[in-house]
Amino acid sequence: MAQPRADAPSKIILAESDLHRVVDRIAHQILEKTSGATGTVLLGIPTRGVPLAHRLAARIHAFEGVEVPVGSLDITLYRDDLRLKATRALGRTELPPGGIDGLRVILVDDVLFSGRSVRAALDALNDVGRPSSVQLAVLVDRGHRQLPIRADYVGKNIPTALSESVKVTLTETDGADEVKLLGGLS
Amino acid sequence: MIKHLRSAADLDAPTATLILDTAAEMAALSGREVKKLPALRGRTVVNLFYEDSTRTRISFEAAAKRLSADVINFSAKGSSVSKGESLKDTALTLQAMGADAVVIRHSASGAPHRLANWVDGSVVNAGDGTHEHPTQALLDAYTMRSRLGRLDGLKVAIVGDVLHSRVARSNVLLLTTLGAQVTLVGPPTLIPLDVAAALAEKTQVSYDLDAVLPDSDVVMMLRVQTERMQDSYFPSAREYSRRYGLDVARMKKLPEHAIVMHPGPMNRGMEIAPEVADSPRSTIVEQVANGVSVRMAVLYLLLGGK
Repeated sequence: MAQPRADAPSKIILAESDLHRVVDRIAHQILEKTSGATGTVLLGIPTRGVPLAHRLAARIHAFEGVEVPVGSLDITLYRDDLRLKATRALGRTELPPGGIDGLRVILVDDVLFSGRSVRAALDALNDVGRPSSVQLAVLVDRGHRQLPIRADYVGKNIPTALSESVKVTLTETDGADEVKLLGGLS
Repeated sequence: MIKHLRSAADLDAPTATLILDTAAEMAALSGREVKKLPALRGRTVVNLFYEDSTRTRISFEAAAKRLSADVINFSAKGSSVSKGESLKDTALTLQAMGADAVVIRHSASGAPHRLANWVDGSVVNAGDGTHEHPTQALLDAYTMRSRLGRLDGLKVAIVGDVLHSRVARSNVLLLTTLGAQVTLVGPPTLIPLDVAAALAEKTQVSYDLDAVLPDSDVVMMLRVQTERMQDSYFPSAREYSRRYGLDVARMKKLPEHAIVMHPGPMNRGMEIAPEVADSPRSTIVEQVANGVSVRMAVLYLLLGGK
């Protein structure tokens, strides 16, 4: 993926309050689509999928009082582009104490792009247990899929050019809640 | 990331810390039912062992296999080496077979450095003569950090046959890089003045174990390497054991939190008493388990990327 220059034009797609509304909506949709989020586990993909998963669980708890177990699933060792880049540091994999066997796993990530991260996550999931079903929740879908993968819950669809990039920042990891579109030829 | 791991001196503090952090994640993954990870699929790791070894070779083999690499074990016994093939010709053979990494143990100090000039892949030193054993130092540092929570400012006593110990040399280099204070303890014959002088900037030297113990967070007992001792370095095994062996009475002089380490294989009753080796303070078995995680981290970081 081409990296836009640092001085490239940027546009705010989701400001802080928009981002919070979007998370609230995904939490409602999860409750609706899973009949109250029973038998469900949220697994965040590091880095930013993890705080998102925790936020979704907190919102679900606020809305209906349901405690949804949260964990993280690191996909670094399962990536198909490991050899194309410098060695990456590993993230943390932490399953909830109850495991994931026989449960509905909802993978949570910040941006859905080529779909390769999700493919890696499905492989990683296969090695840690056997969920009854797997769903995908993303904050932003920017298109340009390279694999037959789609999300079950999408915060915002953003039509992008390949030369652009989407930058998600979260308070937990970056100090502020925001989604920006960077670069482009304009 | 570095290409080879020939010496603990190849590692600066951030790189060493990255290896330890990666090892911690690898250790967390080792509790799962499916232990295999696909990161090194299609890569070939050759274990080139010119010297006998149990735990190091098995540990490297387990680490490479858990990362899905293909492993070729080569031991000098029963190979062309016994027909007189040189290290260089063996290296060129491995090169022709496309080894992505060569893990080498050799009785000659510096063999991994020579090998690195002859092969394109990464070279990992698994012990060369009396020179270095960097992955042992990494797993020791990992064990200290996981038991005591930190390395910076830790007081580590390394006791015994410092002269012949590659473990001691690598540990001095790595631990001082990571901020620990190392004291070498042993009879003057096994810490000669030139060795003490060469390490003087980084470490302290003491010939009195009893004086060092009360102020140590970690005491690492080295194996008395009888196979490397043609000359007599001490009058008798009994005398060595009396002055520098860690027995129950000496262990009581350690602070409450202190741990006892040994790189293995142990001479029980010589440098370490059986009651000490099997006590809850001893991390000897833990060190072996940590060895696999640390070597997975090293192989992943050397071979995983571009």
